[in-house]
Amino acid sequence: MSNEANAGTLAHEWRSRFPTVNYLNADYGWKSWLLTKDHKRIALLYLASITFFFMIGGAYAAAIRLELLTPQGDLMQSATYNKVFTHHGIMMVFFFLIPSIPATLGNFLVPMMIGAKDLAFPRINLLSWYIYMLGGVITFAALLFGGVDTGWTFYVPYSTNFSNTYVVLAGLGIFVNGFSSILTGLNFIVTTHTMRAPGMTWFRLPLFIWSMYATSLIFILGTPVIAITVLLVAVERLAHVGIFDPALGGDPVLFQHMFWFYSHPAVYIMILPAMGVISELIATHARKPIFGYSFVAFSSLAIAIFGFLVWGHHLFVSSQSVYAGMIFSLISFVVAIPSAVKVFNWTATLYKASISYDAPMLYAFAFIGLFTIGGLTGVMLAALGFDVHVTDTYFVVAHFHYIMVGGAMMGYLGGLHNWWPKMTGRMYPEGWARFAALVVFVGFNLTFFPQFLLGYMGMPRRYHVYPTDQPLWQVLHVMSTGGASILGIGLLIPGIYFIWSMRYGRFAPANPWPATGLEWRTPSPPPTENFPVTPVVTWEAYEFRPVEEMAVIGPGTPDEPIGGQHPLNPGGDGGIAVNREP
Amino acid sequence: MATNAEAIEHGHAPESAHAALAHHFDNLEQQREAGTLGMWVFIAQEVMFFGGLFLAYLIYRMRYPEAFMAASNHLNWKIGAFNTTVLITSSLTMALAVWATQAGRAPKVQVALMLATVLLGFTFLGVKAYEYHEKYVDGLVPIAGWFNPNHEILSHIPANVSLGQYQMFFWLYFAMTGLHALHMIVGVLIITPIIYWAWRGRYSPEYHAPVENFGLYWHFVDIIWIFLFPLLYLLGAHFKP
Amino acid sequence: MSVHIVPRKTYYMVFGALIFFTALTVFVANVPLGKFNDVVAITIAVTKMMLVLLFFMHVRYSSRLIWVIVASMFFWLLILLLLTLTDYSSRGWFGPNVIT
Repeated sequence: MSNEANAGTLAHEWRSRFPTVNYLNADYGWKSWLLTKDHKRIALLYLASITFFFMIGGAYAAAIRLELLTPQGDLMQSATYNKVFTHHGIMMVFFFLIPSIPATLGNFLVPMMIGAKDLAFPRINLLSWYIYMLGGVITFAALLFGGVDTGWTFYVPYSTNFSNTYVVLAGLGIFVNGFSSILTGLNFIVTTHTMRAPGMTWFRLPLFIWSMYATSLIFILGTPVIAITVLLVAVERLAHVGIFDPALGGDPVLFQHMFWFYSHPAVYIMILPAMGVISELIATHARKPIFGYSFVAFSSLAIAIFGFLVWGHHLFVSSQSVYAGMIFSLISFVVAIPSAVKVFNWTATLYKASISYDAPMLYAFAFIGLFTIGGLTGVMLAALGFDVHVTDTYFVVAHFHYIMVGGAMMGYLGGLHNWWPKMTGRMYPEGWARFAALVVFVGFNLTFFPQFLLGYMGMPRRYHVYPTDQPLWQVLHVMSTGGASILGIGLLIPGIYFIWSMRYGRFAPANPWPATGLEWRTPSPPPTENFPVTPVVTWEAYEFRPVEEMAVIGPGTPDEPIGGQHPLNPGGDGGIAVNREP
Repeated sequence: MATNAEAIEHGHAPESAHAALAHHFDNLEQQREAGTLGMWVFIAQEVMFFGGLFLAYLIYRMRYPEAFMAASNHLNWKIGAFNTTVLITSSLTMALAVWATQAGRAPKVQVALMLATVLLGFTFLGVKAYEYHEKYVDGLVPIAGWFNPNHEILSHIPANVSLGQYQMFFWLYFAMTGLHALHMIVGVLIITPIIYWAWRGRYSPEYHAPVENFGLYWHFVDIIWIFLFPLLYLLGAHFKP
Repeated sequence: MSVHIVPRKTYYMVFGALIFFTALTVFVANVPLGKFNDVVAITIAVTKMMLVLLFFMHVRYSSRLIWVIVASMFFWLLILLLLTLTDYSSRGWFGPNVIT
């Protein structure tokens, strides 16, 4: 295939060759979106709502950082500040981080990656979104009516006996939201077991599917426990039954056990999908199969399983017995191992690879570095002695933000960029994307690295006042707030250009990177039924072939090879070498 | 279109496609497998949902053994045993209803068995309602302001048991049996359209997945009660006041 | 039809067994056995549950995947119960908790 075309002409030719009907324009009108059974449309519904809740959580974060610019509590009263950090936590944890990748990228890609026409239960998928929205509306209402001030962790007996805020309403919103997660997880598990295309064996699956499967296990087995816990908090608050009330014989630590039984695996819900995305990004943009495929696949399962055995490390200073503390500490060290396996394997994949520094790859690099820092500080926190000193300080805050933002959010952004052409049929502007990735990276580190230092020096979390006789503390807080502003700008840029690209972006070919994976063998955007012909898989995962051979199958799609038509280098051969594992 | 595979390849629906086959499945067998798997995964998460309450029961039972035995003693184990029998029988009728659809029995047989299940379910719920009412009358509903056991009950509480501990048992009783009863009510609601469709002759040896999967749910609810009965009713049976 | 049809006789026998075990558990509960009351009650309950699972819920005739799901259900419930118990049952083993 000749490489002569300038992108404009070729794009035009492709545009005319694409079927005019894809899942976006197959049907019009609000009913076709709000009553859709198409997993791709549901994914976009989630994308919109998740972005909305992310912005609310981000607004609260801005308020926190503004308050912490000065040592005095001059922007808001303590009671208000309590509400602000609670709302930030609730919105970000339950309505952004937990659903983000599974509900958007997972819903969109899981059927496509396995060669199916849809998820196993499309109507339950739609119901899952409505339940998410209901939970979001209820929780948002709680915030608007006056808010909650218990912290996103709802510890008793404050939340049951003493708080005068909308605990029950917020709890109800979270309870409802939990069912959205459970149904999504159920759908993914059943789909992966029963709807793989012929020839798509478990070990030919993209590693993203392994991660989504492991995440779904956590959804199913963990979420119900927080559901019953929140329910009991509400019952206790309304009926003063005595479940967690020491005066009536209850045990507040039982709440913590039950709460963290879910909430620790929840953090693996947040990170496992991002890890799956990173596997895909690295394979695609380094143009090489992931090193040690089965180890990476099994490590996802190991993280899911071991993640259920460590929740007690949140109770080290809560009068949990030392004996139990030692068990949980030991297992917390162990659970870091499968994560490390992944990091090593991703890094090994890069050796002798053909790396292209597209925005998705930049986010993947950011993930590997920042997740490692976050993970290592987690191992530090797993040590009982160290934890006693830094628990409930900004050290912990920095640790989990490195994982959640430096890890999960980077994975989410990288995945959005990587699959944006497939989802919308448009390319985002690469220059701006790389610039934004850099801004996000710098802003993120400036925000959260000082917090490690602050925590180590003793700054408690959830405090909006700090000593005036420690000038370094204010310096660090100012740096952190400055970083947060930069981070905010960096996140705003993709918000703008993604929307811009939907109208003005260059039309994307079926396989712009080019990547392996069944989803790339459909047009961009795909037709509603994904595959006009059920694919029969005869190749292994990440089987990169010479670019001239990476054809696309199926009627109505371009049947000429993609060739070296990398969108950023239309005239050259893209410098894309072939790397095959022996 | 000699075979389904060819038909799919040509982008047409197979001519022999069953009316109940959903568009995203290749055949009824795949759909059945997915449905059954889905119901089992749902049951798995339900087990964890109840699991939280079983944990609370375990911890507090370990802490306050005498309180729990005294409180359990107050429950009428004969009523509990009767209800257990009712529920087990309803499981039998449900299993037979599934068998009836599998074996291709007439719709009226299927409907009769399912109606028997519903009837037994209602019996269980009715007895439960009676029991709850009794507790209310005795002042044992553990809501603040309502928990006011009468003198006769108070006299049976051992000296070393505080009222709060006694109350602890009762909130667990209400929470666990209440959640269980809620699941039964949902079950009765769900089986209603299934009975209607069975009466309309929709279920056959080829297609009876909804009946089978509902059966799984119903048996699960039975299993929960199999544990609730000894844990709640039989604790203090040997502990004569 | 790939679904194994369980004969009605099996169902009736399982039903009989369940009723028998219910009667048994009621009877044993009335006999003071100290700690063993709990053990016996749970054992009988588990037996009844296994009967319902294997026969009424067809697990005996189901694929290995279903077996794995059922086994994981128990395993996870046990994690929840037992690991929490490691805390409650070991408080005070090393003297009063003097953390912080």
